[in-house]
Amino acid sequence: MKKIEVRELDLFYGEVQALKKINLDVEANSVLALIGPSGCGKSTFIRTLNRMNDLIEGVKINGTVLLDGQDLYKEVDVIELRKKVGMVFQKPNPFPMTVYDNVAYGPRIHGIKDKKKLNEIVEKSLKAAALWDEVKDRLHKSALSLSGGQQQRLCIARTLAVEPEVILMDEPTSALDPISTMKIEELIEELKNKYTIIIVTHNMQQAGRVSDYTAFFLNGELIESGPTDQVFYNPKDKRTEDYITGRFG
Amino acid sequence: MKSKLYDKIATIYFYAVAVFLILFLVSLISYILYQGRTKLNIDFLTSPPKFMEAGGGIGPQLFNSLELLIITLIISVPIGLGAGIYMAEYAKPGLLTELIRLSVETLSSMPSIVVGLFGLLVFVTMTGWGYSLIAGALALTVLNLPVMTRVSEDSIRSVPNSLREASYALGSTKWQTIVKVVVPAAMPGIITGIILTAGRIFGEAAALLYTAGMSSPALNFSNLNPSSPTSPLNIFRPAETLAVYIWKVNSEGLAPDARQIADGAAAVLLLMVLIFNILARWLGSTLYKRMTGEK
Repeated sequence: MKKIEVRELDLFYGEVQALKKINLDVEANSVLALIGPSGCGKSTFIRTLNRMNDLIEGVKINGTVLLDGQDLYKEVDVIELRKKVGMVFQKPNPFPMTVYDNVAYGPRIHGIKDKKKLNEIVEKSLKAAALWDEVKDRLHKSALSLSGGQQQRLCIARTLAVEPEVILMDEPTSALDPISTMKIEELIEELKNKYTIIIVTHNMQQAGRVSDYTAFFLNGELIESGPTDQVFYNPKDKRTEDYITGRFG
Repeated sequence: MKSKLYDKIATIYFYAVAVFLILFLVSLISYILYQGRTKLNIDFLTSPPKFMEAGGGIGPQLFNSLELLIITLIISVPIGLGAGIYMAEYAKPGLLTELIRLSVETLSSMPSIVVGLFGLLVFVTMTGWGYSLIAGALALTVLNLPVMTRVSEDSIRSVPNSLREASYALGSTKWQTIVKVVVPAAMPGIITGIILTAGRIFGEAAALLYTAGMSSPALNFSNLNPSSPTSPLNIFRPAETLAVYIWKVNSEGLAPDARQIADGAAAVLLLMVLIFNILARWLGSTLYKRMTGEK
C-alpha cells in the first residue's frame, strides 16, 4: 500500500531550484533511505513531507504530495499533518525540560491533561524508543543530562508520543557514536512494523543495513529509486553506481 | 616567543582590570554603608520624615519605592516582553521593523528628565491625575521599555532554532511554541532584563520629580480604602520615592540631621537593590530549575 505519493514536485528557495520534478512513492510500513551527496536536496525533500519548509521565508512549491491520497498542501491542516508525520532531527534537540515533560509535550499540546493517561503514554513511548530502562529512575531530571545517544532516542520517544503514522529522520545518527548509532538502527528495525519511516543518511552502510527501499538524489533530482538491494547491487543509472561505489560524494 | 609574551601581558591586564573593578565597587559600597550606618535601624525605616527637626525617618518613601516597583513591573514587563517576542518571532525584516528598532534605541538614550517632563505633560496634566504613583509608574515604563524590549528580544533570539523546529514538528502552533518552549528557555535572560529594569526603578529620581511628586501623604496602613489619600492602596496619591527623597533632602533639607538622613537613605536604597537582585535571581533560577528539571 502506498503511504505517500509525490508527483512532479518542484521546490524553489527564492530563485534557486532545490528540487526538480520529483516523483516518488513510499510504501507503508517500510523504511526508505534517501542517499546522495551534501546539498543534493534530500533534507529539503524530507522537509516537504511535514511542511517544515513552510517556516522558511521565500520557499515556493509546485506539484503534489499525497498522504493517504490527500494533498498535503491543499487538503490537510498543517497541525494535523505534523501529528501524523513526525520528525527526528540531525542533532538531538530535546527541550530544556525534564525527560517526562519532553515526551509529554506533544500529547499535552494536543489536549491530553489526564495524569494517568500521560503517564501511560510516556512509559509506552520511552519503551518503544528502547530508553525506558535507562531513564525510568530519572524521569524528572533534565533531559539535557542524558548522553547524546539517549537524547536522540528521547527525541524519537517524543515523536512516538503523538502517535504518528510516518516518521521522518534527517541523518539521525550523524552526531552519535557507533554504539548509539547501532541502538538507533535496531530501533528503526523495530519501528517499521508499526510506522512508515523515511531516513536521510550520509552513511551508505547504514542505508544498506536499515532500509527496504533506497532513493538516490543528485543536484535536486531523483536519479534512481527502488528496492535497496537493486539500487545497491544492480543500479540502472551510471551516476548511482559511481556514488555507491564511492567514486564521488 | 613573542606570542607567549603578549599572552602573558593580556592575562595580567584582564586580571588587573577585574581586581580594580572589584576593589572600586567594594570600597564604594562599604563607604555608602559606613556613612549610613547610624541610621540603619527599624525606627528610621518605619517612621515618617520630619521637616524642621532631627530624627525623621523614611517609612513612606521606602514603601512608595516598593509599591512603585511593583506597579511599574506589572505595567512594563508584559509590554516589554510582548514587544520583545514580537521583534524576535513575528517581525519580518523590513522598513517597519527597522523603524521600530530605531525608535526603541532612540527612546533608550532619552535623558530621564525629558521623560519626567513628558510624564508631567501627559500622565499628570492631560489625564488630570496630578502627581501620582500611577503617573510615576507610567513615566518609568517609558524609561524602561527599551531595555526590557531589547533584553527580551535578545534572549528570545538566542534560543536555538532547533527547539522551535522540534516543537513545530510535533504539531504545535506558533503560540504554543512561544509560550511552552521559547519563553521558558529564554527565562534567565528575561530575568536579567527585569533586574536591570528594577534597578532603574529604585534609583531613578529625575523622571519621578514631576510625575510621582516630591511629597508623600502620611500613610495609614490600616486604611484599605483605595480612594482615600492616606491609603497605601491608592495609586492616585502623590508618592515620593526614596531616590527622590535623597535628592530633596540633600538639596533643600531643613532638618539638622539632613546629611545623615540622606546617607542613611542611600544605604537603605543600596541594600534594597541588593536584596531585590538576590531575590530575583534566586526566584528566577528556582523557576528555571523547576521547569527544566535541573538540580
